[in-house]
Amino acid sequence: MCLGVPGKIVSIEKDLAEIDFGGIKREASLLLCPEATEGDYVLVHVGFAIERLNEGEALGRLRLLKEIEETCLGSAEDGT
Amino acid sequence: MAHEDVLAQTLVKEILRLVDGKLRFMEVCGTHTVSIFRSGIRSLLPKGLELISGPGCPVCVTPVGEIDRAIALTRLKEVTLLTFGDLMRVPGASSSLSYERALGRDIRVITSPLDALKIAVGAQNRKIVLFAVGFETTSPAIAATVKEARRREIHNLYLLSSQRLIPPAIKTLLSSGKANVDGLLLPGHVSVIIGKAPYSFIARDFSLMGVITGFEPLDILEGICMLLRQKAQGRSEIENQYRRAVKDQGNRLALQIMEEVFQPVIARWRGLGKIPDSGLTLREEFEDMDAAKVFDLPLEDKEDPPGCCCGEVLQGLKSPPDCPLFGKRCTPDDPIGPCMVSSEGSCGAFYTYGVLQ
Repeated sequence: MCLGVPGKIVSIEKDLAEIDFGGIKREASLLLCPEATEGDYVLVHVGFAIERLNEGEALGRLRLLKEIEETCLGSAEDGT
Repeated sequence: MAHEDVLAQTLVKEILRLVDGKLRFMEVCGTHTVSIFRSGIRSLLPKGLELISGPGCPVCVTPVGEIDRAIALTRLKEVTLLTFGDLMRVPGASSSLSYERALGRDIRVITSPLDALKIAVGAQNRKIVLFAVGFETTSPAIAATVKEARRREIHNLYLLSSQRLIPPAIKTLLSSGKANVDGLLLPGHVSVIIGKAPYSFIARDFSLMGVITGFEPLDILEGICMLLRQKAQGRSEIENQYRRAVKDQGNRLALQIMEEVFQPVIARWRGLGKIPDSGLTLREEFEDMDAAKVFDLPLEDKEDPPGCCCGEVLQGLKSPPDCPLFGKRCTPDDPIGPCMVSSEGSCGAFYTYGVLQ
């Protein structure tokens, strides 16, 4: 029930946004996330945007992976 | 090889390297359970590392008495009950919402509480009751809807609140000492709202580690890795893997709206019993929208179905196949307990994805 689906804001009218979920467009309320603007990616739950997604973090989520790769580098039989 | 496959392999290698002895991690959230099964993560983990499901499925923890109270409401001629789809087939003591609808009661499935506003405006002669089940992820949306109804002077919309809060349930679970877990994968979308601080007791009072985790298979593998790293380094902290969505302070505005409309109240959880301040009820200024009060529906404590182990499954004490009803009398087509009904229930996930594992 706590499903959250990420989508991109296409347009905003008052507190309603039109959101593109990979080609499917739906409306969502911005009452809980009023700072979101056109072009932002937001997480949508039961018709409400509940948070803006942080693109920097999304791209930077590989930090830990890089660390692991570095620590494993010497010993790994590197199947990659 | 696809980039994601390479990342997954790297994480799995790290997990294999770090697992030492026997460990039990609980994924608190039902959405994690489903993602773990769907992606086959269990089959990649070493034998010593066990993942167990927790109480984070709102439909599963709603007790029989609250289902029956909703059913009682639908028997009032002037009432239209709105519910999220998952609840339709959860058995009450002797019926379900789905069965009642087949008898002709006015019960409608909605996907957003905003639908309730539209339905209420379009049916002024009906009393529209929103059966609100959910955790912190959902409650701000319900609260915003209540405020909108008030602002737009919609007088025929009521709320039957069966909402619950996650941290008190985790506390009760850990205090019982029975679950025997070494670390927790904490629910990503509840945490979007509440942030990191409400979990601090896990590290402070129980010396356990927790990682707020996203729902993609790679998120979950990384969350497990982060728990294992803490273990290896002798740390017990609350960390955040799901940084692209979860801020340390949560969504302040959503919390504020939720607090404006609701106040914590004692609530009964299936399996966990009564937990102080773990439910949400409407504040006094919104009392005229409280369906339980307006329609005078007392809440009765009722027993779980005989033989059903949902209570133990929700506490991580039993695995679904340990239940004598699992896959025999209780199946997704003809469920006895809610954990088999809900799309994120542990029994349903085991039945759908796990039988052959």
